[in-house]
Formats: sequence, structure tokens, C-alpha cells
Amino acid sequence: MKPFTYSRATSVADAAKAAASTQGARFIAGGTNLLDLMKLQIETPTHLIDVNHLGLDRIEPTPEGGLRIGALVRNTDLAADKVVRRDYGVLSRALLAGASGQLRNKATTAGNLLQRTRCPYFYDTNMPCNKRKPGSGCGAIGGISRSLAILGVSDACIAQHPSDMAVAMRLLDAQVDTVGADGVARAIPIADFHMLPGDTPHVETALKSGEIITSVTLPKPIGGTHVYRKVRDRASYAFALVSVAAVFGKDGGSRFAFGGIGAKPWRTPAADAAASSGAKAVAEAALSGARTTHHNDFKKTLVERTLASLYRQKEARS
Amino acid sequence: MKFDTPATTNPIDKGRVVGVAHDRIDGPAKVTGSAPYAYERHDAAPNAAYGWIVGSAIAKGTIAAMDLRAAEAAPGVLGIVTHANAGKLGKGNYNTAPLLGGPAIMHYDQALALVIADTFENARAAAKLVRIDYAPQDGKFDLAAEQGNAVKPPDGGFSGAADSAVGDFDGAFAKAAVRIDQRYTTPDHSHAMLEPHATTAAWNGDKLTLWTANQMIAWSVGEVAKTLGIPKANVRLVSPYIGGGFGAKLFLRADALLAALGAKQIGRPVKVAIARSQIPNNTTHRPATIQRIRIGADKNGVIDAIGHEVWSGDLPGGGTETAAMQTRLLYGGAHRMTAHRLATLDLPEGNAMRAPGEAVGLLALEVAMDELAEACGVDPVELRIRNDVQYDPEAGTQRPYSSRKLVECLRAGADRFGWAKRNPKPGKVRDGRWLVGMGVASAFRNNLVGKSGARIGVDGAGKVIVETDMTDIGTGSYTIIGQTAAEMLGVSLDDVIVRLGDSRFPASAGSGGQWGANSSTAGVYAAAMALRAKLAEKAGYPIDQAQFDDGLVKLGDQSQTLAALAGREGLWAEDSIEFGDLDKRYVQATFGAHFCEVGVDVDTAEVRIRRMGGAFAAGRILNPKSARSQVIGAMTMGAGSALMEALEVDTRFGLFINHDMAEYAVPVHADIPQQDVLFIDELDDKSSPMKAKGVGELGICGAGAAVANAIYNATGLRLRDYPLTIDKLLKAQMG
Ligand SMILES: Cc1cc2nc3c(=O)[nH]c(=O)nc-3n(C[C@H](O)[C@H](O)[C@H](O)COP(=O)(O)OP(=O)(O)OC[C@H]3O[C@@H](n4cnc5c(N)ncnc54)[C@H](O)[C@@H]3O)c2cc1C
Ligand code: SF4
Repeated sequence: MKPFTYSRATSVADAAKAAASTQGARFIAGGTNLLDLMKLQIETPTHLIDVNHLGLDRIEPTPEGGLRIGALVRNTDLAADKVVRRDYGVLSRALLAGASGQLRNKATTAGNLLQRTRCPYFYDTNMPCNKRKPGSGCGAIGGISRSLAILGVSDACIAQHPSDMAVAMRLLDAQVDTVGADGVARAIPIADFHMLPGDTPHVETALKSGEIITSVTLPKPIGGTHVYRKVRDRASYAFALVSVAAVFGKDGGSRFAFGGIGAKPWRTPAADAAASSGAKAVAEAALSGARTTHHNDFKKTLVERTLASLYRQKEARS
Repeated sequence: MKFDTPATTNPIDKGRVVGVAHDRIDGPAKVTGSAPYAYERHDAAPNAAYGWIVGSAIAKGTIAAMDLRAAEAAPGVLGIVTHANAGKLGKGNYNTAPLLGGPAIMHYDQALALVIADTFENARAAAKLVRIDYAPQDGKFDLAAEQGNAVKPPDGGFSGAADSAVGDFDGAFAKAAVRIDQRYTTPDHSHAMLEPHATTAAWNGDKLTLWTANQMIAWSVGEVAKTLGIPKANVRLVSPYIGGGFGAKLFLRADALLAALGAKQIGRPVKVAIARSQIPNNTTHRPATIQRIRIGADKNGVIDAIGHEVWSGDLPGGGTETAAMQTRLLYGGAHRMTAHRLATLDLPEGNAMRAPGEAVGLLALEVAMDELAEACGVDPVELRIRNDVQYDPEAGTQRPYSSRKLVECLRAGADRFGWAKRNPKPGKVRDGRWLVGMGVASAFRNNLVGKSGARIGVDGAGKVIVETDMTDIGTGSYTIIGQTAAEMLGVSLDDVIVRLGDSRFPASAGSGGQWGANSSTAGVYAAAMALRAKLAEKAGYPIDQAQFDDGLVKLGDQSQTLAALAGREGLWAEDSIEFGDLDKRYVQATFGAHFCEVGVDVDTAEVRIRRMGGAFAAGRILNPKSARSQVIGAMTMGAGSALMEALEVDTRFGLFINHDMAEYAVPVHADIPQQDVLFIDELDDKSSPMKAKGVGELGICGAGAAVANAIYNATGLRLRDYPLTIDKLLKAQMG
């Protein structure tokens, strides 16, 4: 860890301004991802702006009938929220499938969206990694890549986005609300929030310098049966090999989003459109364009099987 | 005390304290945080500076240049140890690569420097400023690719002979009615104990004290002396509490050596912990194996020919993973062969991890036995019973087992587990989304014994004090040693004070190879016998008639208190147990039977263990409570080796890439449901006066194979490459 200075932001606008104008500044929320990366000098901020005291920790209804989730709402509190559990069950389930109770007590909505990949080469500063050190090459390609992505990958990077929460938010068509360094607020559809690696895997989101996330807004509830199924190497406390967030609608309209397989939380209109044709069709549509290594090619099968399991359980219920 | 004839009735047989379940006597100190661990010896070395290890960024090569200027100029830096300024260093007998590398580099993350600073944070930050230019060389990192180049290693050490052969294996195997011939692989494993390797070091003149986490005090005193080139008498090791070891802390490692060198350089105590992310590549690990097993049997499953070949790799000068050892002893059969071959690899050094040899050997052998049972149409429990043998099958009937209750374990375990309900046809039992199956495996682990000493005294208050350099690595040594002393002197456990893990105390067998409990309590027994004699003499009672009860020495209706006999200055005795050749004349081993029920998701192939159960025979169970803890912990580790544990080798860069606890998966609570442990009554009079045997490693032996066999019974999928992860199950399913 490099020495750094620390300040507490007093307002959202100040936080954004300070972040843009201070070279090497970063926001810190729960710190569960950022501090780990700082200890390894994968992240080397010179200044931390603490955004924990800005009142961004509320969950409130929106005039449109949706829900606004403050950027600093803890994962534990969000998962336990009555409205979330009733109307957005998939989100609650995805959160509870992630990390551990202790981590969720600290982890925040914004921090979770912005958590960085779990690619093992990203974590070892002696290894090449285009995401950590642009231009150094990709250690994972041709290396150990069992956990890594098969969709949205590039020749520069095949890292997976590790979040569970973000997959459910992608499914629910959330939008990410921000305030920029110029004090201007904007709303970014979650589909556009995370970037694909392309030639610039170090650029991970649409956020501009200093831009702060204030909340995540969910549109009004869509009903249906909400499920989140996470398949991993142990029963708990592991990142997804494959996860599927799904809402099965009463009218046959269903939607699917996927974790563990994409460079970002993955969703395609074609997969949703194939819902009535069953698991195999949904998997085929979702996996279109997949690029696998010999370590992670099983993920294609696993996506289909996980969907099959969800369909089987849905049928058992009805 | 020499132990060279079988034990007869002795004070331990009373079973008043020994053999009764007790809470750990060190428990309160641990849960209240008052038990001092090596990195927290503020009491002993309050002004310790902090060291951070700089590990090699390459696997093989040399240091071309090292630039320390930026690091030296960083805030708080007090000194930097490198090969260039450390002076001439020796190498310990148990180390393969030097603990401080340079200019030659032998493996990834080999320590090349220790940066010392006033705070932990400053040391860690400055360590990143050490610039090293490397001249890399090509290395060998792929065991499968090197299998053909593997050679027969020298005989000796713990491994014994590399090969064994009895009868005509090839001929008998070729003629056998039923033949199994399969290849199995196990990956490299990391000990993953909770406490990392850690040491606080301080010099007083030319005398060195290391407060360290070490399982083997006497060994390591010698290793420190040899490496630093100083007399043993100038080295003191103190290791009273250890946060797990599993073999990782059997040896002197870089934390202790570098803390000593750092403290010398800056003239102030220094403490060093090996960072979690450095542990897999800087320290030792259990080496990967490739194993071939051939079994030839008659139609009833009775074995005539059994062969087990093992390939593993290590750095030049390293050793084998002795995974075929149990196959020399476990089952009968007139025609036998085993062989170990060693490939040279430039990966970090391999060494012992919980039940070295058996833990991975049984992952293969006990699956092969399941395959044989299937091929013969014999129940897998029955098959093992049919092949039981009460003597060393290589040496013949003249070398019987001291005690062997494998059959009893299989029968009792099967009964308790409800084995009779198992459907022998795989893939037939369904519970909702789960395919359900049951598996069995034998457990086998050698019983090793070693010389062990202790000092025992009574003070003027009648308290009994025991001192030995024996260690407690979470196993419960404090308690069983206390129980032994209490039993021997007729006091309650509350009246015993146990002091461990200090090289100033008599040398013990230490903690390793599950020899510690039996050997160290036998050492306490020996010392207590000597003290009883002194007490009786002081009381004026003939020793063969004196009784030790209720804090009194009694003769008929006369009695005197221990306190009075000890007097103000106390009364002490010291002795050690030395083992004769009973372990040569008799095979000494511990046995058990593991049972497991798993569910395998019909779609996703996720495996969930539903129940584990086992029956074990390991001589007198000194403390059933901590023995059970050892066994369930080891069963958990066995489950991990079956389902998830693997260090992933990047064969291009030559390192274990998943070197943190997020990526190296071990079981969590949710993976391990109900575990049932039954101890079969057994006293082994040839093992020690305690009539006990080791139990700390037995539980891992075979546990993973029971899981694998249960997966087969659930699904019909036979996987032979561990760990049995979802990707492999899916691939097997698709054929
Ligand atoms: C052992 C372990 C296991 C885990 N397992 C899982 C898992 O299974 N599933 C899963 O989904 N996650 C898992 N996680 C990740 C965990 O969910 C994240 O660490 C956590 O959500 C990050 O939130 P935080 O508030 O602590 O973020 P921080 O660490 O505080 O910040 C993360 C990033 O977000 C930025 N940031 C924070 N707040 C804002 C804001 N308001 N505006 C702009 N930028 C901001 C920070 O600058 C930083 O770059 C695991 C983590 C660990 C350590
Ligand atoms: S996959 Fe991406 S994160 Fe991983 S090594 Fe390659 S560039 Fe780095």
C-alpha cells in the first residue's frame, strides 16, 4: 500500500469536484475491494475521498413507481429491504449469494457495481495484465482461465465481471445515477454502464473523471417469479462460475441475465425472446458469439444446464 | 525410559482423567485473546520493527542487478537484508531451496530481500520499491510433461525404500480373472492454515531468541543453528501457541531466518509474517501426483496382485510424495509392487502436508478398490473385509500388526451410516433435483513414534507442572499432556499447569506425522514415573505399593499430600520415552472407515455432501473431544481435496497462480454438514505405555475417496483427476 491522504466529503458536488481536481484521488465506500487492491498496489490512489457521510444511504420510492437505492446502501440492508424482497426478489437473492455476511455489511451499492475482476493474473503484479498495466499483455490468455469470461471478451482481456448484484440490476433495467465534476447529474442505463474490454480493458465503466454515483434506480416492478441461481466451486463464499438471474413472467415474457461468463453483467434481447422455447434456446441465444478457452469452455454447457434447472423448478412450481 | 516390551497394566489404565472428554485447557486463553502468538509478542519484544519479504518475480534464473536505493530512502526504513549482506548462510537439512535466494533463484516467490521499517505499512510499501533485474532461465513446471524423465529417488528418510516387490506381480496380474488398471492424478495442495508463518526475533549479544510458529522445536533449533552457523546453545525457540500447521510449520522457513537476519542487521527485534498471498509459492506445499494402480483379483474380489506407481516432482534435491506407501500394507495379495518416481521441477518446494503419502495415495487406491468392487459385483464394504490382512503383506506373517481393527471399523461404520440402504446400481436414487449416492473408503495411516522428553514437578501448593518442548498446533496437546500428568499423579486436571513449545524444555517428538500425541504423552508418562518414585521415596513408601490419588500419596491407610512432600522448593523429575524395535517387529498403524452421502445436481453437476460418517481405531483415545475435532477437521480437509482444493500451475511462468484464499478454495461451513465419528475401543500395548496411537491425520486418509465413490454411486461418473469439479463432471457426462 502506498501512503495516501484522506478526506471526508461534505457534499456530493464537492466530492465530485475534489475527485476530478485532485490527481490520483479515489472515492472510498465500504473499502472491501479498494483496500484489498491498495494493499497489493494494484490500485495506488494518493488521496481517498470518503463518501460514507453524504446521506446516500436511503432506499426510497420514485414518483414513477420504482425504487431509488442510495449509492451507500449496504448490501446487507438492500437485501433485507421489505420492498426489495417483495418487488425485486431477484436482487435480494443475488446479493445474498455474494461474498459473506461480514463483507455484505460493509459493501455498498456503488462499490459493488464498481468491484474489479477476480482474474488471478490481475491480482499478481509480477504477471502481465493489460487491465492492470495497459500494454503489458494478458497473462490469462494461454494461462489458467477456468473462471474467466466467454462473452464480450477481446484479444486484450478475458476477465469476468464478478458481481452478483449487478447481474440482477441488469435484469431489472436499472439506471445508475451520477453527479459529474461539473455538478451535473446524469442517469446511465446499466446496459451502458460497464464497458467491454476491447483494446482498453483498463477502462471499465462509463464514469468520467470525478463522477460520483449517487444512487441506482429501479423501474417499477415487473412482477413474475424471481430467481437467482449461482453455480460455484463450493456451497458459499465463492464467485460464480455461472450465475443466472431470471424473472419468469406470467404472460410467457421472461428475462435472463448472466454472471460469471461476461466481461460485464450479460444480457441479450435474443435470450429473452427465446424464453418460451426453453432452456436450450435461451442458452444458445445468450451464448451467441461466445469465445472460450480449453479451461472455460464448460461454461457454455453450464449456462444451459443452469437454465434447464431453473426451467425444471419453474415447471415443478406451476 | 526405554519402551521395548509391550505395556502391561499401568496407572493410565485407571481411565479417571485420560480417555475422558475434556474441554481444552488452553481454550479460555485463546478465545479471550490472551494466548500470545508469534507475531504478537509485544510482551517479549515490545520494540520490534517490521519486516516484509520481497519474493522473486520469476521462477528460475539469477538476479542480474538489485537496486535498493529507493527502498532505503523510503519513510521509516531501517534496513534491508539481501544475499549480498546476509553473510554466509548454510542450508537446513529439511530445506530444499535456500530460504534467502540470490544470486541464484530457485522458485517463484523465493525470498530475495527483507525490508525492515518502523511500521508494517512502511515496510510493505518500501518493499515495492526494491528494483530487481532478473536474468531468467527456462524451467520445468509441468509434471505430466516430465513424467517420462522421472527417476528412482534415493531410498531413505521418511520415505523408506522407493520401490518394493514381492512375488511375481506382472505374471499374476496378467492371469487375474478381474483386472483394474487406472491412472489417477492429484494436484498440488496448500496447507492453508489460519495463522501464516510468523516470527519475532531478538538478539542478546550472540544469543538469538525466536518467538515463532513452529511444530518441531528441537529440529528447528538445529536448522537455525546450521543456517546461521552459530551453536545450537545460542538459539532459543519459543512457540507456545500455533494457529494451525498441517505440516507447513515443521521446518525453519523464511519468516524465522529473515527475522533473525533482520534483527541482527538493525540491532533491534524484528518480526516477519509471510503474507497470505506469498504462502503458496514461498513456502512448502503438498506435491501433485500421477498414480497408476493395477489390481488383479479373482471373481470374488480377493486380490492376488496389487501394484501402485507414483510420479511426483520437486526441486533438485527434493523428495517424493510417498503415495504408494499404504498400498504396501493395507490389503492382502501374494504378488505386489510399488514404485515412486521423482521428476525435477522448478516449482516451489514440495514437502509434508497432513498425512503425506496416504492423503493422496488413498484418493487413488480407495477409488480403485471401488472400481474393483464394481467389476466383481461385490459390495465395497465386503470387498475390503475380504482383503483384510492381519500382518504386513510384504514381510509375511512373522510381522503382524500390533493391532488392526479395519474390519470392525467397516462393520460398525456401515451400520451406523445405514450403508445397507445404498443402491449398488449407480445413478438410481433421486431426491428432487439431486442424484444421491453413497461411498465408502478405508482409512489408513501409519503410527509413527519418536523419542520424547518431559520434565514434571510438584510445587509447594500441590500443583503439578509439566514442561516439554512439545507443541500444540490446535490439536489439543496441552490438554492431553495435562490429563496424562493428572492421571499419573492422582490430581485433577485443574491442578496441572502445562508449559509447551520452548526449547529450554526437554526435547519432545514435536507435532508431525500424527506421532505427537502418543509420543509426547508417553514422554510425560516416563517423567511422571520418575517423579512418582521420588515422591514415594520421600514419603518413605515402597514405590510398588504407593497409590497416587486425590492429591495424596497413599500406603494402606496412611497418606501424605503431594504439596507437603514437594516442600517449598518443589520436587522435579525429568525423563524421556525411547522406543525400541516394537515398531519394526509389529506393523503399527491406525485404521478407519469413511462413509459419505452426496447429492449431485441433475442439471448443473454441483456436488453437495449430505452426510459424512466414520469409525476409527487408533488405540486409546486420550481425549475423545479433541480427537473428534481432529477427525472431523481432517474429514473436512479430505472433502476439500475431493471437491475443490488445487493449486493451479501456470506452466509458462512457473508458479501457483491462485495464491490467495479467494482463489484457493477450501471447504466452508456450508459445504460440510453432519459428521459422525465413532471410535472403536482399542488399546495398543505395543505402541507406547499410553497404548494410544496417532489420530490427527487418520481422518483425512480416505475421506476424499469416499466422496468420490459417493459421486460415482450417485451419477455413474467415474472421475480420476482431482479435484472433482463441475467442469470435469460435465465433461465426463458428455463423454
Ligand atoms: C473475499 C471476498 C469475496 C467476495 N465475494 C463476492 C461475491 O461472491 N459476489 C459479489 O458480487 N461480490 C463479492 N465480493 C465483492 C464485494 O461485493 C465488493 O468488494 C463490494 O461490493 C465493494 O463495495 P465497497 O463499498 O466495499 O467498495 P469500495 O471497495 O469502497 O469501492 C470499490 C470501488 O468503487 C468506487 N466507489 C465506491 N463508491 C463510489 C461512488 N459512490 N461513486 C463512485 N465510485 C465509487 C471506489 O473508488 C472503488 O474504486 C467479494 C469480496 C471479497 C473481499
Ligand atoms: S484477462 Fe484481463 S484482467 Fe486477466 S490478465 Fe488478461 S488483461 Fe488482465
